[in-house]
Amino acid sequence: MKKAILYLEDGRKFIGQALSVPGETSGEVVFNTSLTGYQEILTDPSYAGQIVVMTYPLIGNYGVNLEDVESGKVHVKGFVAKEFCKYHSNYRANKSLIEYLHDHNIIAIEDIDTRALTRHLRERGAMRAIISTVDFDDRSLAEKMKKVPSMEGADWVKEVSTSKPYIWPMPQGVTPVYKVAAIDCGIKWNILRIFASLGCEVHVFPSIATPEQLLAIKPDGVFISNGPGDPAAVTSVISTVKQLLGKLPVFGICLGQQILGLAMGGKTYKLKFGHHGANHPVKDFVYDRIGITSQNHGFCVDLKSLGPDVEMINVNLNDKTMEGLRHKKLPIVSFQHHPEASPGPHDVHYLFEYFIDLMKRKP
Amino acid sequence: MILGAGPIVIGQACEFDYSGTQACKALKEEGYEIVLVNSNPATIMTDPEFSDHTYIEPLTPEFLEAIIEKERPDAILPTLGGQTALNLAMKLYENGVLEKYKVQVLGATYEVIKKAEDRECFKKAMIKIGLDVPRSGCAYNLEEAKAIASDIGFPVIIRSSFTLGGTGGGFAHNMEDLERMAALGIESSMIHEVIIEESIAGWKEYELEVMRDKKDNVVIVCSIENLDPMGIHTGDSITVAPAQTLTDNEYQTMRDSSLKIIREIGVETGGSNIQFAVDPKTGRQVVIEMNPRVSRSSALASKATGFPIAKFAAKLAVGYTLDEIQNDITRVTPACFEPTIDYCVVKIPRFTFEKFPEAKDILGVQMKSVGETMAIGRTFKEALQKGLRGLEIGHTGLDNKLNYKKIPNDKLKKRLEEPNASRIFYLKYALQKGWTPEEVAEITKIDIWFLAHIKDILDFERKLIETFQREDTLSDDLIRKAKQYGFSDAQLAEIMEIDEMTMYKLRKSKGITAVFKLVDTCAAEFEAYTPYFYSTYEEEDEAVIQIARMNKEHGGARKKIMILGGGPNRIGQGIEFDYCCCHASFALKEMGFETIMVNSNPETVSTDYDISDRLYFEPVTFENVMNIVDIEKPDGVIVQFGGQTPLNLARKLRDAGVPIIGTSVESIDLAEDRQKFSQVIDKLGFVQPANGSAFTAAEALKIADQIGYPVLARPSYVLGGRAMRIVYERKALSSFIEEAKEVSPGHPVLIDKFVEDAIEVDVDALCDGEDTFVAGIMEHIENAGIHSGDSACVLPPPTISEVVIEQIKNDTCTLAKTLKVIGLLNIQYAIKGRRLYVLEVNPRASRTSPFVSKATGIPLAKIAAQIMAGKKLKEFNLTYAQLERLKHFSVKESVLPFSRFSGVDIVLGPEMKSTGEVMGTAATFGEAFIKSQISAGQMLPEKGKIFISVKDEDKRAIVFIAKRLVDLGFSLISTRGTAKVLRSNGVEVEETKRYDQGQNKGDSSVELIEKGEIALVINTPSGEVSQYDMRSIRSSAILHNIPCITTLQGAWAAVNGIEERMKHKCTVRSLQELYKV
Repeated sequence: MKKAILYLEDGRKFIGQALSVPGETSGEVVFNTSLTGYQEILTDPSYAGQIVVMTYPLIGNYGVNLEDVESGKVHVKGFVAKEFCKYHSNYRANKSLIEYLHDHNIIAIEDIDTRALTRHLRERGAMRAIISTVDFDDRSLAEKMKKVPSMEGADWVKEVSTSKPYIWPMPQGVTPVYKVAAIDCGIKWNILRIFASLGCEVHVFPSIATPEQLLAIKPDGVFISNGPGDPAAVTSVISTVKQLLGKLPVFGICLGQQILGLAMGGKTYKLKFGHHGANHPVKDFVYDRIGITSQNHGFCVDLKSLGPDVEMINVNLNDKTMEGLRHKKLPIVSFQHHPEASPGPHDVHYLFEYFIDLMKRKP
Repeated sequence: MILGAGPIVIGQACEFDYSGTQACKALKEEGYEIVLVNSNPATIMTDPEFSDHTYIEPLTPEFLEAIIEKERPDAILPTLGGQTALNLAMKLYENGVLEKYKVQVLGATYEVIKKAEDRECFKKAMIKIGLDVPRSGCAYNLEEAKAIASDIGFPVIIRSSFTLGGTGGGFAHNMEDLERMAALGIESSMIHEVIIEESIAGWKEYELEVMRDKKDNVVIVCSIENLDPMGIHTGDSITVAPAQTLTDNEYQTMRDSSLKIIREIGVETGGSNIQFAVDPKTGRQVVIEMNPRVSRSSALASKATGFPIAKFAAKLAVGYTLDEIQNDITRVTPACFEPTIDYCVVKIPRFTFEKFPEAKDILGVQMKSVGETMAIGRTFKEALQKGLRGLEIGHTGLDNKLNYKKIPNDKLKKRLEEPNASRIFYLKYALQKGWTPEEVAEITKIDIWFLAHIKDILDFERKLIETFQREDTLSDDLIRKAKQYGFSDAQLAEIMEIDEMTMYKLRKSKGITAVFKLVDTCAAEFEAYTPYFYSTYEEEDEAVIQIARMNKEHGGARKKIMILGGGPNRIGQGIEFDYCCCHASFALKEMGFETIMVNSNPETVSTDYDISDRLYFEPVTFENVMNIVDIEKPDGVIVQFGGQTPLNLARKLRDAGVPIIGTSVESIDLAEDRQKFSQVIDKLGFVQPANGSAFTAAEALKIADQIGYPVLARPSYVLGGRAMRIVYERKALSSFIEEAKEVSPGHPVLIDKFVEDAIEVDVDALCDGEDTFVAGIMEHIENAGIHSGDSACVLPPPTISEVVIEQIKNDTCTLAKTLKVIGLLNIQYAIKGRRLYVLEVNPRASRTSPFVSKATGIPLAKIAAQIMAGKKLKEFNLTYAQLERLKHFSVKESVLPFSRFSGVDIVLGPEMKSTGEVMGTAATFGEAFIKSQISAGQMLPEKGKIFISVKDEDKRAIVFIAKRLVDLGFSLISTRGTAKVLRSNGVEVEETKRYDQGQNKGDSSVELIEKGEIALVINTPSGEVSQYDMRSIRSSAILHNIPCITTLQGAWAAVNGIEERMKHKCTVRSLQELYKV
């Protein structure tokens, strides 16, 4: 155990203990209120550039396993909890979370008042932070903070997108019905797993893929994935998507929705502390149904900035923010929350059907 | 119409008062006219202001029909009153009452209840929706049985269909076991059928609390993981919220299943509880059962998350949807969400095996605990240690009551193998001995996750001890860490070889103080307004922030009064005290005070966050109370209402400078200290039974010889008459002294002359230090010698003369004034002839306070609280004339848990054994009594054969009772002695053989009971050594649900009641009507 500091950009600090990895890391600090699913969270590319605080105090209880991953690596820049569990228990576990973080060289800090930290972020908004086991000097930390990039305006997509196109394998016994071109902005594997189970053969493209490259495979639809950072900074993808609108069904999740909103000429704005958790109620106006959803976003599309042709089909019941949109004339649909869950409830898996329907109806 | 759950029994405790009270409030708020029915007077929900028509009447189809006929409700809500209410709704449907009066059932329909409750239906439904259940099959012969068992794989559970009391069932670990048990099972089954089921004992057990609305929105409120594996009733298990060892993937699978289940079973609206078992080796999940109603776990889930399940269930039942209800805590978000928590909750059951020494403390599938405590901490370690303190069984945490070195390995192994009430401590002892968590897990099937945390605690404790021994001090960092691990000041004091108070002061001087965190349903994601707190040792204190905000909202600080609750329910201290605490809060709020509640019992109304201005969910211990006092600085603290728990803290709190209001600590002591109290009695010229106190057997014998046998002997400083006994001779007294030493070591044994054949009277009074008002004089139906908590009593007293009543009033006023009582006072008297003996004075809320309040309409606890806060009795205009105007009798009857403890005799004595009470009211004593019996489940017959066997002293008196029974058309059967006396007095009676005399199989009394030929048993046991025969008669009566009366006075009252009932149909009247007279 080694003393560590979590230093926030507004000067507030928390002293705790670091797990095995020493050193220093920085990023935007956000809190996640999920009770389970830390392994999925760690491997979710949308968290690139961020330090994640788990509000549930006991993290690591069931260890880690080989299956519950959302990408090939750990993306968070730092991990914070009240107590990391030294002894895990689960029949699928292959190692402890502490070992896992060590293996992935992630700096993690425990033994701090995570509730106070969460309250602070709620009041002041998401902000940058440094975790250090080497530097405890306020002035020096404040100096370093100046060099930590802000989330606003940061293009993190290029850091996490695939370098080469690939095809996600179909599960045994499922024959492909649709061909989907996916723009990988940091795609979660569970989206791919669900697409495959629904009979979609997904061709995953780097985010820098051109419209021509995407269309070359003659897809039935295009999917814009989730991903990290400020959507407004991902200009190349926005312009790619612009050129595809109206040509074929387009579907977006999370960052994908924000990019769609921008491509349709709308605006996005930063939420104070974002939505990161697995208990947000979302109402679907089309089905008149409420689902408990998995959420992970810091930005939101401004509905008013979009024309009358775009309608809100999902709303967050907690803060009434937009959670899903649909174009009235063109085959465009997207969701701000995560129908693929992982982690989180499976209530809104059915939302994939919106896209499948569009592809079905495609002439 | 809302149905309550009736008396507190094991398995159905005050959680249903909590849910019913919430339902009444929620629906009243919506403008509905409410008819409430519950037979339990100690509940908050039966307060006349919570509903429009409050019926304290028996919960039977007959009485409900009468109430329905009278009130004509539009709908009935049966899902908030436990299994009792659900079963009643089923019966009312089946017998056509609901259809006849066009009453709609809310929450769950008949079909839904049937589908969920019928094992076979439920299993079929689960298979239909593709869920896994334990594999099983039915066999009608040995070959089939063997084939099924080999298919399933051993071990298997064998259950014989349609037998009583589970004969012919059990675990078979191999073919040999199976052959033997299946043969027996097939033979004993009425339809020659055995069910062979896969054993899932030892699997991990989980529960999910689910809510659904009419638009099919479903949310999971809370997940719960049991520390104890499958095979131990979840009510008897230590449980933890949220689930700890499920990955998201597995948790979501369980969640998906729950959604499917609630939809398939069809619970339209409200809460349900679904149980799962998980194979720790493969992760296979099977569905165990579902309760289509609010349950004990729902109460726990509500308190654990802040999500008021019962209140929302009531609103959903009348048509709201989850998104239309606001979350009170955040004020901005809807109830349609899933709470997320940022702490760990541990629930620990409280047992009372010490009350039933013949019963083993082994746990199994039948629930045996009588109460529970819940603790909230930021970590499991902290919550577990807090919970163990909150249990109030003398543990200061996961402490070292026993020296692990002195426990032999084989005993330790046995205590680990057999699940029992103190297993949690044996886990520690085993780990202290160096057994690995893996080894302990193998023996106990308790998940290694829990064991590893327990090991963390003891490793840290070892570090503290070693550090202190080496350095003679502990660093601030270590002390702080210890507090975060949940160590109490008392535990640390022991390590540092100082006392608790010194440790408390030392800790404070080092600035290591508790902070309070909010329970807010959302892990701080939204601002929370509900002031519901728990303590921990971290940086930020939210209580301070909330207090400031509330002061601002109220335009400045108000005076505040803190009320200490009673902790977990136990025999002798239950819902009555929670009732008093809640009333104190209501009354003080009315006066403009800010009220602060401290309690650790999740089943209660007092721990509902909207009862008081602030709720601290904390163990009621000196340390935890002081932590709150330090932050809140209350103007007054009330210790009178929570039973013995807060009373025991009174002196220590006062010494620490806490402003205790009401009767002073000195007066409480004066009443409890026998010597001082005797002096007071003498000075006043009152009479007390001759008495003395002894430290040794020789002293005791000397005293007893002086005052003469029989004597009432008891250890001092105990609750509920613990180990109290009537002793008839020297030898028995000597052996009692030995036992008493164990029960209350270091304290004297008290010896009183036992006043035989006296009438006992309980008096509840109010006093403001000057004036006294005697609110209720209750005459016990059983003679003195039976604990007042177990005795039935009636108000007003039917057989006591005016002269004696006047004397009781006068003496009560004198005693109240002498003791300078401010608040409530309870006195027990014994009357023999015209002589009035003062048995006991308790200057605090008594168990009978709610009963008296309900019987008279005078809210005693409320008035008492206001008196403590400075009002004068005069201001309430209470007059005796007011009481005398009431033209009805009220009978309180107790409800006993004997059926839960096999092998325990059901004889009543000076040690309290009842878990709950019921009340019957009517214009005549007979009718009120019979109602109380019906409510208590004693179904007195109107025809049939009555078994009578009484001790010699009662033989003369039984003759007249027997004659009346014959006149009423009953036939009698007696053992030889009793039969002889009856016959010689001209009463016709059949004679039965004693069990041991039974010549021919089938004609002993026990067998007659088993055959259902006996409708009522009247048996007064003789002296200390009751004959084996009689004991088995009583046990078998209990087993076969045949009413059994063990006192002469009880028999008298029963005859009156039976006669009344045969004369006319029982009437039903609401409290509101009774008070209007």
